[in-house]
Amino acid sequence: MSSYNNNTCYDEARRVAIFGGTHGNEMSGVTLVNLWVKNGTEIQRKSVETKAFITNPKAVEKCTRYVDTDLNRAFTPENLSAPEGHDLPYEVRRAQEINRIFGPKGSPDAYDVIFDLHNTTSNMGCTLILESSKDHFNLQMMNYIKKAIAPASCLVLLNEHPLLKYSTSRSVAKHPVGLEVGPQPQGVLRSNIFEAMRVILKHALDFIQLFNEGMEFPPCMVEVFRALERVDYPRDANGNIIAMVHPNLQDGDWEPLNPGDPLFQTFDGKTIHYQGSSTVYPTFINEAAYYEKQQAFVTTRRETLVASAIRKA
Amino acid sequence: MSQMEEDKVACLPRLSRVAVCGGTHGNELSGVYLVRELLKAKKKVMEEKEPVLMVLSNPRAMQQCSRYIDTDLNRCFTQATLNGPTSDLAPYEIIRSRQLNVMLGPKGSPEAVDLICDLHNTTANMGLCFITYSDSDWICLHIFRHLQRQMPDVPMRYINFDISHKESYSLDSVGKHGFAMEIGPQPHGVVRSNIYRVMKDAVLHMLDWVHFFNSGTIFEGGFVDVFTVVRHIDYPRERETRNIIAAIHPQLQDRDFCLLHPGDALFQTFSGETLSYNGNEPLYPFFVNECAYYEKGIALYLARKRHVMIPVIRVQTEKEQQINKEGFESEEE
Repeated sequence: MSSYNNNTCYDEARRVAIFGGTHGNEMSGVTLVNLWVKNGTEIQRKSVETKAFITNPKAVEKCTRYVDTDLNRAFTPENLSAPEGHDLPYEVRRAQEINRIFGPKGSPDAYDVIFDLHNTTSNMGCTLILESSKDHFNLQMMNYIKKAIAPASCLVLLNEHPLLKYSTSRSVAKHPVGLEVGPQPQGVLRSNIFEAMRVILKHALDFIQLFNEGMEFPPCMVEVFRALERVDYPRDANGNIIAMVHPNLQDGDWEPLNPGDPLFQTFDGKTIHYQGSSTVYPTFINEAAYYEKQQAFVTTRRETLVASAIRKA
Repeated sequence: MSQMEEDKVACLPRLSRVAVCGGTHGNELSGVYLVRELLKAKKKVMEEKEPVLMVLSNPRAMQQCSRYIDTDLNRCFTQATLNGPTSDLAPYEIIRSRQLNVMLGPKGSPEAVDLICDLHNTTANMGLCFITYSDSDWICLHIFRHLQRQMPDVPMRYINFDISHKESYSLDSVGKHGFAMEIGPQPHGVVRSNIYRVMKDAVLHMLDWVHFFNSGTIFEGGFVDVFTVVRHIDYPRERETRNIIAAIHPQLQDRDFCLLHPGDALFQTFSGETLSYNGNEPLYPFFVNECAYYEKGIALYLARKRHVMIPVIRVQTEKEQQINKEGFESEEE
């Protein structure tokens, strides 16, 4: 990456991967990738080599999130450098394998872009997940996608917070892009959710093609929701959940949560209110997989980032 | 009441033992949390009423938050499975079904509990449903009607699977009367407060009804719409791999109990083609896109709707119960 005449230059994004089944029961990605492994015409572009790939085949086969450990948390430096062996958890071995094929993470040989396809039980609609506010290539891509699908909406979640950030499968690439579409129950395939994800990927690949052909993208403003903190369910001394997401908050992803608003409802009907001092925008509200991760929802703050002009180096 | 009117009253034995079961599928969380809460509140809630058995049916699956460990518990209650040869190597759920049969049954015997209400959730948009094997179990039908009246804002349907008692396979078939209470839509592994609230209210209203019944209340007859299952339809699949090649069509998704006519859209293939319902009669779809049924080869069920007349009912007096018992015993001889 270099700067020239106020443009930020990036290398051509020639090697692109689309990951499905990082969580084996998130069906849109599993279905799309299986489709494209069989017939990849739809995802080919002239200047791009696109590879569709099932990251966690054992979990997909069992239709479960993971077999031993969450693959989408497994790409830590420790795991990736651990000596190979069959006593390693399945997903750690998988992470090492994926790092070999699509990385190594952090090296010049790594894939240029990886799209990692996910579903959520939360009412998040279409969400793009950004891991760095300084990745202008990704910011420009997300801006392009948002404009292309308007008036349908696609929001950007920025997860840069050192405590909340995690070692995702896509983090192997130079430009990691998470795509989260909900609400959809685990193990279920809803055609509207499937189609929405498909359309977003089409625009993403179109953007990459245009970029590789030399198009310059002028500076633009991108609204993002920056992840602040995770909020757990109220629990008793034994760690059991003692309240549910309140009906007012349920399905209210991306809506403002003001101090004093209802947060949780105990099983006997009492309301627990939000004690924070400022308005936040909650998301990942009532995601099934996060009960065990002690997360009822994540709070975010609205921000506008400025993406530099970009063009191919 | 005149003698002729008395003849039309169904007099049924007292419901002395009632069981409410949750977690039969370990990731259907409304029932898991509700039974846990009712167990905690047991003393407060149940003081004046009959004791109710609160059961967490599949604790290991609940711990894992999965539907089952080895095999679906709610298919393990056929007489054949319950009375089959014992083995240490038997699947966990078969060992468990036999334990539950001892606790709540034995199925088919006079010792079985009088009523089982088995709590379930579904990813399908079904509202609240009673699922039974019979369209003439007056106890279950009256409880359903009571719930309809107490909770008029909740969409409710009564479904019956036309399966003989001999072939019945679910937990609720262990009791003399029984039904599954199925509420959706809710993703598995999630508890939604609105769904929990409906289930809690429904269970409490049911227990109220049992109390009124046992106290001698006469319940007026009337009509209930019953959906009797005709068949199910599987997803279109690839011949060799058996992989699904189409999803429930957007026009059918979430439209459980909306009449499906011949020619209406059923599935949408991944290349955008519509596959239509080619049956020759309009039927009511339900369990549309239930997650757990993908592996059972069921995309949806289809049912016919009938207007069923339910009689006036009341509990048998002690004298009537005695006469009935003697009759039963002499039949056995």
